[in-house]
Amino acid sequence: MMGDQEVREGVDRETVETVQGMGSYKYGWSTEIEMDYAPKGLSEDIVRLISSKNDEPEWMLEWRLAAYRRWVELEEPRWAMLRYPEIDYQDQFYYAKPKSMEGKPKSLDEVDPKLLATYAKLGIPLKEQMLLAGVEGAEGVAADARRVAVDAVFDSVSVGTTFKAELAKAGVIFCSISEAIREHPELVRKYLGSVVPQSDNFFATLNSAVFSDGSFVYIPPGTRCPMELSTYFRINAENTGQFERTLIIADKGAYVSYLEGCTAPKRDIAQLHAAVVEIVILEDAEVKYSTVQNWYPGDENGLGGIYNFVTKRADCRGDRAKVMWTQVETGSAITWKYPSCILRGNESQGEFYSIAIANNFQQADTGTKMIHLGRDTRSRIVSKGISAGHAQNTYRGQVSMHPKAKNSRNYTQCDSLLIGGKCGAHTVPYIEVKNHSSRVEHEATTSKVDEDQLFYCRARGIGEEAAVALVVNGFCKDVLQALPMEFAMEAQALVAISLEGSVG
Amino acid sequence: MQSARADAAARLADMGLPGRRDEYWRWTNPAPFMAEAVPEAGAFRADTPIFADMPKVRLVFTDGVFDAAASDDPRLAGVEIARLADAPQWAGAFYGSLEASGQAPVRRPFAALNTARASDGVMLRVTGRAARPVHISYRQSSDTSEAILHHCVKLEEGAELTLLETGTAAARANLVLEVDVGAGARFHHIRPQGRSHGHRVYSAIFARISAGALFKSFTLSMNGRLTRNEAMIEIVGDNALAHIAGAALGDGADGDFHHDDTVFITHGAEGGESRQVFKKVLRHGATGIFQGKILVQPGAQKTDGYQISQALMLDDLCQFLAKPELEIYADDVKCSHGSTTGAIDETALFYLRSRGVPREEAVSLLVLSFLADAIAEIDDEAIAAEILARLQDWLARHRG
Repeated sequence: MMGDQEVREGVDRETVETVQGMGSYKYGWSTEIEMDYAPKGLSEDIVRLISSKNDEPEWMLEWRLAAYRRWVELEEPRWAMLRYPEIDYQDQFYYAKPKSMEGKPKSLDEVDPKLLATYAKLGIPLKEQMLLAGVEGAEGVAADARRVAVDAVFDSVSVGTTFKAELAKAGVIFCSISEAIREHPELVRKYLGSVVPQSDNFFATLNSAVFSDGSFVYIPPGTRCPMELSTYFRINAENTGQFERTLIIADKGAYVSYLEGCTAPKRDIAQLHAAVVEIVILEDAEVKYSTVQNWYPGDENGLGGIYNFVTKRADCRGDRAKVMWTQVETGSAITWKYPSCILRGNESQGEFYSIAIANNFQQADTGTKMIHLGRDTRSRIVSKGISAGHAQNTYRGQVSMHPKAKNSRNYTQCDSLLIGGKCGAHTVPYIEVKNHSSRVEHEATTSKVDEDQLFYCRARGIGEEAAVALVVNGFCKDVLQALPMEFAMEAQALVAISLEGSVG
Repeated sequence: MQSARADAAARLADMGLPGRRDEYWRWTNPAPFMAEAVPEAGAFRADTPIFADMPKVRLVFTDGVFDAAASDDPRLAGVEIARLADAPQWAGAFYGSLEASGQAPVRRPFAALNTARASDGVMLRVTGRAARPVHISYRQSSDTSEAILHHCVKLEEGAELTLLETGTAAARANLVLEVDVGAGARFHHIRPQGRSHGHRVYSAIFARISAGALFKSFTLSMNGRLTRNEAMIEIVGDNALAHIAGAALGDGADGDFHHDDTVFITHGAEGGESRQVFKKVLRHGATGIFQGKILVQPGAQKTDGYQISQALMLDDLCQFLAKPELEIYADDVKCSHGSTTGAIDETALFYLRSRGVPREEAVSLLVLSFLADAIAEIDDEAIAAEILARLQDWLARHRG
């Protein structure tokens, strides 16, 4: 640690303070709360039980059962550069709900204070007057501009959603998916599974069968969502998988920025998380989706952690539709995640910015797919992978230019940074170009932390770990800049924390 | 030798033949390599000889069989030359060994099949600096011929050899080249593949490169209905250098053109330098594929790995499919890759046109400049000039 040495010119004070304040995984505690579990294991009965717990209509149950029947026939994919022990899908709980949520609290005031305290401790504001933690004291920014509506998901259920009334005034629907299935069945039926079909892949199919909660967003035509929306996922219960499903629809000319965060307690036994996010973007609409993924990564010996298998896909259905995925992946023992863009509309745009950090025994296989179907479509991929300790970090991506996607463009930049000689960094891009007016450029580099930069910092009295964190933050800058401010600060801090103990 | 063949047959039986579901056959259908009857391919007999005026030792194979009458006297100071059938002792121990070790982590059944069933080939042991290149010259005379040839080259410490490999071996060919480059040795390989269009060829180079050694291979493909050129290159000694380059020009108007380069370079020692430079010019529905990997093993510090794959698409029916991979397990390395695909640069074309260069000629100039980085990988100027002449000839024949 650096002690209280003077911060020199050219060094961002905030970064240094963050580095000084580094701790290990901060969210590893758990909440003692009485839970209501479905029996262990997975079967049609469990699927029916989950559906009935959510008071779902018959069509929804049938949809889930179709997915379950398909899943039974599927094999778990093995192509990713990930090594983990066989997952026993019968040795998990697929539904866990705090007992106090049984009575369906009508407002946040009725929610069990223990649950509210959990989110308060995590820094997630469930009171509408509160601001997102981390930006308190940020001067000169109107409080209004930083308001964020939150949907808080605790294990299998949504605890509550803030600012609903105010959002409703703008015509925006923001609620849990279980509520949407009850209140807005016409929207859910129309769009659920239209981007990620039930049988899409092993983990998405599992999710389709057993998803318990998640968020639903609908932005009506021509509406700019008056505030940022966010969902915070917390896994608390032991031996329980979390399977949330998010559906976002941006109607013609709409705009929304959506943030997603997640944490879980420290446990020695790995836990399963298989989520699906579907985004539908119509003509001239734009969606920004930012994630800071901070699931428990396991300990320094690779014990425990979350196995994170996520299917995220945005469908730019209308002309000039735009989507931007930004992800900071610091947590999870295993990450299997490829947020994708289907650029169907002419002149539609997809962007993907990613920082993936793997330390200790973490393994990440993550990247994106850009499927260009419409003409004059554009995509951009910026991926920064950092490996330390014994970790393995893989960028896996696909850029596909279909014959009709004339005059389209893709630019891909993936850089990997290795810290220490026992980790690995890999790049596996697939590039498919089927017309000649499109242009595809892919660049990738792998290197270690720049000795000259390190020396520069060290020569100015900055300790080695802090210097590495500084250099790494610089390496990630392109992506950090793409994040909304609240997230950028959290992400910057996380970058430092995730690399703790990786030097020397 | 018999046991090497039996081992290869066992390997093949164990792994089975490839299918479209194999990761590295997703873009190339292996079926034509396995079809029972050799698909007919008209031999092009009027090709002008390449490297005609260059001093060399020429070894001719017609439809996959060594043709002594057409070949030069196989004597060259510093090089022991033998046929597979008369394989000397060293070759008996060497034959199939690099192919066997090159089967992991990705299986290469056609190479194992070659080791098990090769009918002929050249065994070269290089003990000094060869004064002239060895030239393996293929000729196809039958429209339904099939050739399975297996060549072995062993360069002893400090030895040096240039190997030229030219022409179309048969209507369907499976060619394996195993090269062991000893410490400080230098090996240059130049391979302009034949002009007849109908042929289908699977080729595989397995190379092992020792400390301080140099390996350079360049392939020019301008024809061929189906070509799969694989290279598995392993750097096993410190400070070795491995460069592999390819230029492919395909015109679907001549018939289907499907060209696949699949390259794996493994750095297993410190201070190695590798380069992969692959360029493809595609028109009239030609398909180009590049699958390349740089693998840096734990401890292979100070590695400098570079890979570039580029396609120039001259019209809308072409396809370029690429998978440029990095797999890196050492931190003090510098590795990068790039891949680009696009049409001819209209601005450059306009520049040339506005200065009075006719369109056709301007396109040819831009194609040549696009290929320049690959050609630059040929060290010998006389050889490079012959390759360039071939390119110009192809461009002259494929205008409009």
